[in-house]
Amino acid sequence: MSATRQAATGGNRATAGDVEYVTFRVGEQWLGIPVVMVQEVLTAERIAPVPLAPAEVTGFLNLRGQIVSAIDLRIRLNLPRRASGERIMNVVVRDRDELFSFLVDEVGDVQAVGADGLERPPQTLDPRWRQVCNGVVRRKSDLLVAVSAEKLLQVAEGTA
Amino acid sequence: MDDLLRDFLTESNENLTRLDGEIVVLEKKPKDRELLASIFRTIHTIKGTCGFIGLSRLETVAHAAESVLGRMRDGELPVTPEVISDVLGAVDVIKTILAGLEQAGAEPSGDDGAVIARLEAWLTGAPAPAARPAAPAAATKPPAAPAPVALVPAPPAQAAEPAVRAAEAEPSAEAGDAKPGIAESSLRVHVTILDRLMNLVGELVLARNQLLQLSRTEEDSVYLAPVQHLNRVTTDLQEAVMKTRMQPVGNAWTKLPRLVRDLCQANGKKIELEQHGADTELDRQILQAIQDPLVHMVRNSADHGIEAPAARKKAGKRECGTITLNAYHEGGHVILEVSDDGAGIDAAAVRRKAIERGLVTETAAAQLSEAQVLRFVFEPGFSTASKVTNVSGRGVGMDVVRSNVERIGGTVDVSSEAGKGTVVRIKIPLTLAIISALVVGAGGEAFAIPQIGVVELVRVTAESRGLVEDVHGAKFYRLRDSLLPLVDLGETLGLPVEAERADETIVVCQVGDSRYGLVVSEVFDTQEIVVKPVGRLVKHLTSYAGCTILGDGRVIMILDTAGLATRGRIGERDEGKTVATAADERGSLRGSERRSLLLFDVGEEAMRAVPLSLVARLEEFPANSLEAADGRWLVQYRGSLLPIVPAREGLEIRARDPRPVIVFSDGIRSMGLAVEEIRDIVEDRVTVETRAARPGVLGAAVINGKATEVLDTQHYLQLAHADWFGGAAEAAARTVLLVDASPFFESLMTPALGAEGFQVTCCRTGSEALARLEHGEAYEALLCDVGSKATGGFELGQQVRANPAWQGMPMVALTGRVSAAQERRARAAGFTHYLSKSDRGAIVAVLDEAHTELEEAAA
Repeated sequence: MSATRQAATGGNRATAGDVEYVTFRVGEQWLGIPVVMVQEVLTAERIAPVPLAPAEVTGFLNLRGQIVSAIDLRIRLNLPRRASGERIMNVVVRDRDELFSFLVDEVGDVQAVGADGLERPPQTLDPRWRQVCNGVVRRKSDLLVAVSAEKLLQVAEGTA
Repeated sequence: MDDLLRDFLTESNENLTRLDGEIVVLEKKPKDRELLASIFRTIHTIKGTCGFIGLSRLETVAHAAESVLGRMRDGELPVTPEVISDVLGAVDVIKTILAGLEQAGAEPSGDDGAVIARLEAWLTGAPAPAARPAAPAAATKPPAAPAPVALVPAPPAQAAEPAVRAAEAEPSAEAGDAKPGIAESSLRVHVTILDRLMNLVGELVLARNQLLQLSRTEEDSVYLAPVQHLNRVTTDLQEAVMKTRMQPVGNAWTKLPRLVRDLCQANGKKIELEQHGADTELDRQILQAIQDPLVHMVRNSADHGIEAPAARKKAGKRECGTITLNAYHEGGHVILEVSDDGAGIDAAAVRRKAIERGLVTETAAAQLSEAQVLRFVFEPGFSTASKVTNVSGRGVGMDVVRSNVERIGGTVDVSSEAGKGTVVRIKIPLTLAIISALVVGAGGEAFAIPQIGVVELVRVTAESRGLVEDVHGAKFYRLRDSLLPLVDLGETLGLPVEAERADETIVVCQVGDSRYGLVVSEVFDTQEIVVKPVGRLVKHLTSYAGCTILGDGRVIMILDTAGLATRGRIGERDEGKTVATAADERGSLRGSERRSLLLFDVGEEAMRAVPLSLVARLEEFPANSLEAADGRWLVQYRGSLLPIVPAREGLEIRARDPRPVIVFSDGIRSMGLAVEEIRDIVEDRVTVETRAARPGVLGAAVINGKATEVLDTQHYLQLAHADWFGGAAEAAARTVLLVDASPFFESLMTPALGAEGFQVTCCRTGSEALARLEHGEAYEALLCDVGSKATGGFELGQQVRANPAWQGMPMVALTGRVSAAQERRARAAGFTHYLSKSDRGAIVAVLDEAHTELEEAAA
C-alpha cells in the first residue's frame, strides 16, 4: 500500500557544504525542502478527514501506528484544488517530534544545491510562494523554490 | 525503605560515579573552572538532599567537602594533589555511608571527625603538612585506591577503620551476599520512552486483534498455533509495559502526614493518619490527577470530620481521631478510600440545605434515601455555604473532588453514619491510555465516544420521531419525564447532510450533572481503543478528545462530549445557575439551568413562572378584604397595607374569591401579585430565551414541554412601589455595582439585593463598569461575574485595583462554577471575595460587612 523509498538515494552526488533538497511539484511549480526534514515519501494513503479542522488540513493518516497530519499544499498555497482521481504523493516530514505529510502532485529527485546556488527570491515571485520561500535555485529549464517546511506548517497552525 | 531514600540512593550513586572521574581529571587540569564548578554542584546537591531527608552524618561530611571545593572554585585555594586527596577521601566516606544506608535503610553510625578535621584544616589556610601523612591512613581508606564504583558494601574485614565502622555495626550485613544493590537493579528511564513503548504496544494489540480475526476464519490454518502464541505474548507484554508506567499510590500520599499534622496544630485536634495499601499501583497520569482530590478529602476529614478532643471524649470516643487512607484493586479499577471516625454528616441538615438551595423540591427530598441526600455535598458551592459546613462538618471543595475524579473516568461516593464517621470512596480506572469507546457514524464518517460519558442509547424510529420537539430552533427529545436537549453530531461538525435518514440514534451523554442527546445516524459497536493525541494543527478543536486507529487501520476521531455540548450550544450546567454565554448571533441568550420555579396561571393561555427564590409567601385573600384606593389595590395584611398588583392587565381583582396572591417582601415592605391560580412548583433544568420584550415578562422557557413565560419580578415590584428602587435615602447610601453579562442573573440579583437594602447598578461588561467608576460614581462594593468571558471580569479587577482611588473597595468575584483555579485567578486579579452566584446569603453577608466597615470608618 505504501511504496516507501529512501529519499536520499536518487539525484546528484552531494559535496561538502551542499544542502540536499527533496523536490516535489505542486500545481506547476517545483519546490524543495531540505532532505533532513523528510522522513519518507509515500504514494496515496487513506486519509481520515477531521471535521472543523483548517481547510488545508486534509486529515490524519496512519503511518505504522503513528498519526500523521496531512496538509494539502495546493490549498495551503492557494492553488486550484486537484480534480478527484489526480495522483497524490505524501512527503512526510518530522517537526518538533510530530509527523506531517505534505500532499503534493509529484515527487522528483533529490537535488544538491551549493551555498552559492541558492539565490534570493526575485521581487517578482508570487506572494503566496514568497511567504514560505527561503530562496530559489535556477535549473536548466525552470526555477526550484526552496521552501521552509516549518513555515508551511506554521501558517496552517495559525488558526489554533 | 521509602521511595524518597531509594531515589536519593539511585541519584547519589550516579553522581558519585561521575564525581570520581571528574575529581581525577581535576587533578590533571587544576585550572578547569567549569569542571570545578560541576564537582562543587554535585557535592552541593548531595549535601542539600541529605539535609532534606535528615541524613546528618552524610550532610556533615558533604558540607566539609563542599566548603573546600568552594574555596578552590573561588580561587582562594590552589588545586593541589594533597587537597584533591582529602576531597576524594571525603567522597569515599560518603560512598561508605551510602552503602550502609542501602543495606540497612538508615544511616550507619560512625565517626568522620578525622576526615572533616583535615578538610577544615584547608579552610583555615594552614594545610598542616605535619599531620598529613598520619591522618589519611588512620581515618580512611588510602585515597590513592578509591573504592570500586559498584556499591557493594565494604566487607567487614575493613571494619578496623573508623570510617567504615558502619559495616561492622551492621550485624545483618551479609558481606558475601551477591544481591545487587539498588543502584544496579534500578534504572532511570525518561517518561517519554515509556509513553512511546505504551503506544507501540497499543499498535501491537491492534495488529494482534486483526490476526486473530483472520485466523478464526480459516480452520486448520498452519498459522493458528503461532498466532495463539503471539496472542499470549502480546497480552503479557501489554501488562508488562503498563507496569512500567505504574507508580505506587503511596507516592500521592507523601504530603498528607504533614498536612494532617499542620491541621492538628491549627485546630488543636489530635489525629492519626493510617495508611493501607500504599503499594497499590496506578498509572502515573491518574496518580497525578488524584493528588489534589486526596488533599481535599483529607483536609475535610481533619478540618470538619474529626471533632475536637473534648467533644470526642464527651461522645465516648478516643480523644485522638483517626483518618484512614485505604487503596486496593477491585475488578479493573482501583478503589481509594478516605475514612474518618469523626462526627459524620448530618443528613437532615444536608436535606434542609438542598431544599433551601432549590436543588430539590421538598416533596422530592422527602423521598430521597440518605445516600442520595449525601450526594448533595458534591454540588458545587454546596457546603461552602457556612451553615451546613458547621453543622454537618463537611465539604470545602467536594465538587472539585468530584469533577477531578470524573475527568479521569472515575466515580466518587460518600457514606456516613452520624457519630461514627464518614467514608469517601473513589473508584478510578487503572489507566487512561486504553479506553472503552462506542463507535458511531454520522455524515458518512466514524467517530469514537468514550463509554464513560454515555448513559444510554435511544433509537429514534419513524414512529417515535414525534417525541422530538422543536422549540425556537433548538431540538429536544421527550425522554421519559424530561426534555433532553439534542445536538446533531453531523450538523455540529459541519458534515454533509445525509440524504435519507430513516432511523437515527440518540446517544445520551452525561456532562457534569447535565445530560444531552447526541444524534448520530449509526451505532457500530464498542471497542477498546488506544487514545492518541491529535496533532498540534487541530489541538485547538474542543470537539475532540484525541484520535485512535481502528483494527482495520482507519484513523477516527474520539469525541469530547463536553466540548461538543458547548459547540452545540447546550448551555453548560453551571452549578444550578445560568451560564448565559456571549450573545449568539440571534441576539438571544440561552442557558440551561436548574431552578425551582413557581408556576401559575394568569388567565391567559401561556403559563407564567417565577423563580421560587424570590417568593416570600403564597396567600389567599377573601375578595371583600381587597380594597381599591387611588386606582391601586391594597389589602390589610399583618398590620400594614400590602399593595396588590394584577399579574395581567385587565385582571378583575375581586372576580375570584378568595384571590390567590404571590407575596414578595423585602422585610419592611411587601407587595402581592394577584394571579388566577397557583399551579405547581417545578424543579427543572430550563432554557430561558430572553428575547421577549414585553414588559413584565423576562423571557420564555420550556417547562414540561410547554412554552411558559418567566415573570420579570422587578417590573411588578416597581409597579407596586415606585420608590422601591428609586433612590430612597437609605438605599442610596448602600450602592453596589453589579457586572454580569446575563440579564437573567441581573433580574435575580437586583430584587434580592434590593430587598436587603442595596441599590444595584448593573453593567453588562467590565468596560462599562470601569467607565461608570471613572465617571466618578461611587459604590460600596463591586460584584462581578468572572465565569463568563464576555464580562471581562479579571481584567476589570486588575484595572480597578490599579487605581489608588478604588483600592479599598471590596470586590466580589461571582461565579457559576466554583473552582480553585478560578479562585486563585480572581484573587490574583484583586478580588477580595470569591463566591458562588447562587449563594445569596454569603453575598449579602459580604456586602453587609463592607457597609458596616464603611460606617465604622465614618464614625
